Amino acid sequence: MTKKKSRAHIKANAALPSRLDLISLFDSVTFGLLFMDSARRVITINRFLEALTGYNREEIVGVHGENVIRSNLSSKGDPVGQALESDKTMTLEGNIINQVRKKIPIRFTISPLKLTTGKNAGAMILLEDISLLKDLDSKIHGFSGQEKIIGNSLKMQEIFELLPITARTDASVLITGETGTGKDLVAEAIHKASNRSRYPFIKVNCAALPESLLESELFGHVRGAFTGADKDKPGMFRLAHGGTLFLTEIGDLPLPLQVKILTVLDDKEFFPVGGSKKVSVDVRIITATHRDLGEFVKQGKFREDLYYRLNVLRLHLPPLREREDDFRLLLDHFFLEFRRNLNKKIKGFSTACLKILSSYSYPGNIRELRNIVEYAVNVCPNETIQPEHLPKTLLALPQASSQSVPRSEGAVQESVQGDGAAVMDDPEMTMPFAIPEPVGWGEVEKNIILKSLTKTGGNRSRAAELLGWSRSKLWRKIKHYGLE
Amino acid sequence: MKILLTIYKNEIAPRFDQSSEILIAETEGEKISGNPRIILLPGTSGEDICGLAIKENISLLICGGIEETHYQYLKWKKINVVDGVIGPYEQALNFAVAQNLKPGMILPGASIYWEKS
Repeated sequence: MTKKKSRAHIKANAALPSRLDLISLFDSVTFGLLFMDSARRVITINRFLEALTGYNREEIVGVHGENVIRSNLSSKGDPVGQALESDKTMTLEGNIINQVRKKIPIRFTISPLKLTTGKNAGAMILLEDISLLKDLDSKIHGFSGQEKIIGNSLKMQEIFELLPITARTDASVLITGETGTGKDLVAEAIHKASNRSRYPFIKVNCAALPESLLESELFGHVRGAFTGADKDKPGMFRLAHGGTLFLTEIGDLPLPLQVKILTVLDDKEFFPVGGSKKVSVDVRIITATHRDLGEFVKQGKFREDLYYRLNVLRLHLPPLREREDDFRLLLDHFFLEFRRNLNKKIKGFSTACLKILSSYSYPGNIRELRNIVEYAVNVCPNETIQPEHLPKTLLALPQASSQSVPRSEGAVQESVQGDGAAVMDDPEMTMPFAIPEPVGWGEVEKNIILKSLTKTGGNRSRAAELLGWSRSKLWRKIKHYGLE
Repeated sequence: MKILLTIYKNEIAPRFDQSSEILIAETEGEKISGNPRIILLPGTSGEDICGLAIKENISLLICGGIEETHYQYLKWKKINVVDGVIGPYEQALNFAVAQNLKPGMILPGASIYWEKS
């Protein structure tokens, strides 16, 4: 493969006209280009970089390149020095300050300049102005994508403080926490805030596939590697090149694959399934699990060396029951989200309803809370979500367990929120209710229709209005449930 | 007059907020009085250098690229700033003492091709 490439390379080089006007070519591109010799002195810059920095190319020939671009690259080690010493091209983000004292966010690509003889002749720095991208990114995701993660509690604030630190390095991150605590969101936020953000973020669930398929999924395979492998498959490691590979449920990774992952982490190379040629990748690994990996190591279910390799940076996400200050925040967030998505006119939860919600233990954490809110907003036909609009499984469980989300009574009584999320404090709504037997969705919907029809004295138009449905939808449902 | 220069090796540091080394010199008329002091800073921070310039009663600050915020702050604190200077700091200091240093100046020693051109 490499030989073929280099032959093509030589051929292409020879095919290029020897008196090609490269300067005009460089001037036509919409990126800044700076060419420097091995002593880091400027050979030339293109027109775009003249505009970006405010320097004329004639006046800065022979000047130290860093004096022209005035970047903050020195704070990231010495990437130019590394490019000069190696064959590798590097991409990293930073900024420059131009002649009019403006700080411009830049994506730098530093490549070594090689002569056709293979000798190192210096480096080329490509500068891409990413001001617009940064503006757009902050509008969509907020700084570093953290805004998708909600939390005011002390434990979450600690996580928020750690996120930028973990984003700055390439070290492996292990995210632990119970199911539904937001491990995926945190992994994505780290990727978005890192220098790898322009490259792919690929998630692989290690528990979702059997060992043989998982190996092919991760490392790819060559044609004919096994029955059904009719073409080459690149695999997730190769697809994530330059970016981040997020291996979730890493605790469920089979032992033979643990060895292969360890090798990739150490050598940054691997053999695809059935392949004889090594593939090099530059991938940052983030892993997550809800299992106790330390315990797994003791039981021999997880390799100790891999555990230490993955556990360089550790983030532990607290369960919802330990995030007392975040319960209302999350509840209101999901309520507003589903109300908007489903175009409902619901004003909020009744106090009785909120009492049930706040005394539940949420073994499924935030995911479970989200699902409960989604169900309630879907089911509720009125302006206020009542206990009967909550999932029956939740009502069937004993309330006020010792592990419930702890918060004061005052928090439950808290009423109208600025943005419309509210707790209805009507005494009528705080009446005790009878916990119905758990029933299926069909039964619930049927009961809702019957109740509406009873309330409106059999008037279908008014019942449809009450349910927030069209008349034809109500008619269809009545027919479906045989309520005619 | 007290002059502060942000330096890197023998040159003016390319960027004010990335400098970790400064030189403070005092002048009397058109001569440097005493020995200039070189101070190594614990880190790189534009704010720290601004603070130091005020504390040291600096009248003139010579640097490379500087952000508008820092520039305006120093001006507000009545510190004269000559920025965008490229070249050896000794030359910069001599030009400043002789009152010939201008913002954006590329000094003769900045380029290896200076003598040839």
